[in-house]
Amino acid sequence: MDYSKLSVSDFIRESKKGNIDIKDFYAKFFEETKKIDKKHNHFITISEKEALDSIGKVDRKSRLSALPVSVKDNICTKDIQSTAGSKILKNYIPLFDATSISCAKKEGSVIIGKTAQDEFGFGTFSTNSPFGIPKNPQDIERSCGGSSGGAGGFTAAVTMPHIALGESTGGSISCPASFCGVTGLTPTYGRVSRYGLIDYANSLDKIGPMAKTTKDCALMLSIISGKDPMDQTSIQKNTEDFTRYTGKDIRGLKIGIPKEYFKGIDRDIERKVRSAIEKLEEIGAKITDISLSTTDYVLPSYYIIATVEASTNLAKYCGMRYGAQDEIKGSFNKYFSEVREKYLGEEAKRRILLGTYARMAGYRDQYYLKALKVRTLVIEDFKKAFKKVDVLAAPTMPIISPRFSEIEKLTPVETYAMDNLTVGPNLAGIPMISTPCGKSRDMPVGLHLLGNHMDEGKIIQVADAFENR
Amino acid sequence: MEERIDKVSRIARLELTAEEKKRFEKDLDDILKSFRKLSAINTDRIKPTFQPVEVKNITRKDIIEESLSQKESLANAKNREDNYFRGPKAI
Repeated sequence: MDYSKLSVSDFIRESKKGNIDIKDFYAKFFEETKKIDKKHNHFITISEKEALDSIGKVDRKSRLSALPVSVKDNICTKDIQSTAGSKILKNYIPLFDATSISCAKKEGSVIIGKTAQDEFGFGTFSTNSPFGIPKNPQDIERSCGGSSGGAGGFTAAVTMPHIALGESTGGSISCPASFCGVTGLTPTYGRVSRYGLIDYANSLDKIGPMAKTTKDCALMLSIISGKDPMDQTSIQKNTEDFTRYTGKDIRGLKIGIPKEYFKGIDRDIERKVRSAIEKLEEIGAKITDISLSTTDYVLPSYYIIATVEASTNLAKYCGMRYGAQDEIKGSFNKYFSEVREKYLGEEAKRRILLGTYARMAGYRDQYYLKALKVRTLVIEDFKKAFKKVDVLAAPTMPIISPRFSEIEKLTPVETYAMDNLTVGPNLAGIPMISTPCGKSRDMPVGLHLLGNHMDEGKIIQVADAFENR
Repeated sequence: MEERIDKVSRIARLELTAEEKKRFEKDLDDILKSFRKLSAINTDRIKPTFQPVEVKNITRKDIIEESLSQKESLANAKNREDNYFRGPKAI
């Protein structure tokens, strides 16, 4: 059987029927995975042994029926190293699975490895990666995007059926989906349990699927979402079958185009996205112009809140109990400071310093509190828009994936500005999907579809209709 | 008076090199400058949002559940003594 011709749905159907020789399938799957990884560096850990040990125990009647699933390295996987892309967590072997992982395993996922990312999610290009920088399969001189870069790159490169679990704080699912030409779904904040996620910023982190199609993302979301007593911020709603929103037409659905999201973006990207919007109109959507007046303020608000939370979250990494540990000497503060200096990367240090400053006595009101109030206005802005329209459509990223030689020249301020279109919806905790809408200079362009809180159904409906137009 | 970068790195428990201090001081300056535009938006009487989708009073029953054994808890620790974590002197 030529497994590369199987879609995820084909695989599940055939596997359930017992038509797939699972040992043969996985031998070929790891052969391909290792070949891709050698060239592109999409993985921090390939868990072949653990995967092969588990396939015999998988219930083939389960919803994923032994489907290969890759996991971003900041999601804890029992007995498989989970570093969140940081040397400070090198050799950390979790004793438990994150809730999203136990849900995925229960429905027949086989965890095939841990994907590369920016350290703790701190980045837009996955270049803040001490374990090697993942490369874009469309052009290895270019970035996969970040911070779920390995997830995006591998999803694009692998020919055999697979779904990735990524994670977004300020755009870390949408950005790599856009740069690599795959679909990425960031759910409503709290829709998927964060238990077992190595946190970047608690009030922003969201685990979500990345795959070749919206339907595959919808299937995985149905499996990993739902309330969880282990996460007090998880929304108190049971999961639902999100695949029922696929295969529907979108006649009469109102799609808003936020004019601010087209300011300062690459001209050819604008053309591609505008033409995608025309397609949506052709298949029945009603297009309306919308204004999101807080757009200019989302970037500082996001970076202040995210770094403040990160600076406190990262305080737990002190070179004791797990992860990087040195010979014990000197006072606690000295040992702690030295371990952090030695094992944390440059961007992690920069964000810790920034976040520490923004919550310091004397500056807290001016920066942190102000940013939290602006977040209130950003949410109100989106809520106002969703009174008029069902879904918002915009470009995912202002540029195509840049070359590494171009990224090297960017200052931190210029790098942060690349997140301008993704941080707003992430700050508001609304769900979003990035789906491919053509190419520019041979690189993929992403169409970003944003929905109201808990309205994953509508964005799935639109993205799926667009993909199957 | 203590320089800004010295104070912030001390509070953040980061033992920075002189070169890093110079670089991060400049970055901090540039980034904070770019954040100044926030002052242009009026937030009088606006409440802060700590969490984008609020859930209230989530509690669970106070019952003892299975937890990690001492051996499991120590599984990732290199520095240990007599089944305890070993760390540097705190006081």
